[in-house]
Amino acid sequence: MMNNQKPTWKQTLKGWLYVLPMLIIVAIFSLYPIVSSLAMSFYTQYNFFTNQVMALGFDNFKYLWEDPLFHSAVANTLIFVVGVVPLEIIISLTVAVLLNQIKVLAGFFRTIYFLPFVTSIVAISMVWKWIYNKDAGLLNYFLSFVGIHPIDWLNDPTWALPALIILAIWKSLGFNIMLFLVALNNVDKRLYSAATLDGANAWNRFLHVTVPMISPMTFLIAVNAVIGSFKVFDEIFSLFGGQAGPGNAAMTVVFYLYRMFYEQNKYGIAAAAGVVLFFMILIVTLLQTWFSKKHVHY
Amino acid sequence: MKKTISRTIVYLLLVIGALTMLLPFFWMVSTSFKTGFEALQTPPTWLPKKLQITNWISAWKAAPFATYLLNSAVVSFVTTIGQIITAIMAAFAFAKMNFFGKKTLFTILLATMMVPGEMLIIPNFVTLSQIHLVNTYGALIIPWLASFFAVFTLRQSFASVPDQLYYAAKLDGASDWKFLWQILVPNAKSSITAIGLLQIIGSWNSFMWPLIVTNTDKMRTLPVGLQAFSSDSGVNYPELMAASTFVILPMVILYLFLNKYVVAGISGGGIKG
Repeated sequence: MMNNQKPTWKQTLKGWLYVLPMLIIVAIFSLYPIVSSLAMSFYTQYNFFTNQVMALGFDNFKYLWEDPLFHSAVANTLIFVVGVVPLEIIISLTVAVLLNQIKVLAGFFRTIYFLPFVTSIVAISMVWKWIYNKDAGLLNYFLSFVGIHPIDWLNDPTWALPALIILAIWKSLGFNIMLFLVALNNVDKRLYSAATLDGANAWNRFLHVTVPMISPMTFLIAVNAVIGSFKVFDEIFSLFGGQAGPGNAAMTVVFYLYRMFYEQNKYGIAAAAGVVLFFMILIVTLLQTWFSKKHVHY
Repeated sequence: MKKTISRTIVYLLLVIGALTMLLPFFWMVSTSFKTGFEALQTPPTWLPKKLQITNWISAWKAAPFATYLLNSAVVSFVTTIGQIITAIMAAFAFAKMNFFGKKTLFTILLATMMVPGEMLIIPNFVTLSQIHLVNTYGALIIPWLASFFAVFTLRQSFASVPDQLYYAAKLDGASDWKFLWQILVPNAKSSITAIGLLQIIGSWNSFMWPLIVTNTDKMRTLPVGLQAFSSDSGVNYPELMAASTFVILPMVILYLFLNKYVVAGISGGGIKG
């Protein structure tokens, strides 16, 4: 076939011409910045107006290593990831399994569950800010039924992260439900019949047929959810009015990067925080891949 | 009998879940029609006692939302069109053409998808400041005119069109260009629509980049404008809820009309990083 032949110069020229418009943009705004931000993380004295570098070194990383605010940013990011991802997966899988069992109104439910995905995170965070309001908020009103005293969700450092986690889970469910539904649809129905013949009940069928059969999708969703959660920013900015929560209780790595870069103009430190973020994501993704080799059935 | 009970439980759980998903939307719209006094009442009223649209009018006037809306529309539209065109061309080359460096280039581009976009914001901001594009449409649009994710998704859809069709078209004397736009693109219409819709939604809702590259009301997009409005307006929740509805409504309407494409885009394209 053509794809196995050795390409001619003419074909090569043509191929590159077709790729060129995409490549120009990607080269300037993705490839170059990757190299550049890596380099920038070593700039210790840098004039951004003239793009002049006066000094290089590891000082930016040293700064991060010693900055308690960055430590709490890393800790909060990890808490956020651990708080969001498992619940996100369990809840969305549960809903997908339920949705997969019904025919009537299935499309209607799917549309509703997916609605938060198309919604501006800033706008819906405003709504959640109102729901979390201490005195007139809906959530405290509901909690009052079970005798829980009003919680100051957004101004009490203890509750800032939980409030953020609830919002993030609510927002992300629809997308994952959709992906789980695709996976559930692809499970061979004969496997269920065979399991039923062997006397497996619904729970056993779920555990021994569904879970292994959809494990590649679960892996994909987990990786994607982890990456997304590591980068949390928008919801913090809008929920806490441009701040990182009360007393920086919701400071995350990306928020730290934003603050250093945009508010304090410390480009080198911000770039270094970006590099740290990249390696954190890389390490966790590699760990997940390693884990999946043992537990995912392809 | 047992079946009916379990079916009822399934529906019951789904209804409870659906109500949880809808509640914030309902609460937003309901609050937007209340007076400031009624909104703060305890216990809260589910529906406004009197439907009054004063909050909608005052919110719309309190900040230049018409400008924000126009900016959001222009930016979403142009970036989507740009991304589709660049992706169609590149995906064609990767799916059907044979050229030196194809594999290497593809691998390098695939690897860039691993890098968090937040890391690229600083150098991109520097680049755009140096060519004096900060706080212009250029800054909001140009970096998003191409996305390798779109190329990657579309390539799969182009690859599924049989090569024979390509050879037949060539034998008939059709140029590559003609084959691409007259045969390949119409064949992949639904995946192109899906990619476009996901891009419109993503662009409309994007926040961090427009926040960083705009600094005047004239250039702000809806989410950034809403954020600014919320910190200026303080705690007038009915007005804030009305303004949030402006931002959310267009995409909800678009989604309700075209939801089968969005669903197909997500299920077919796999995953958006």
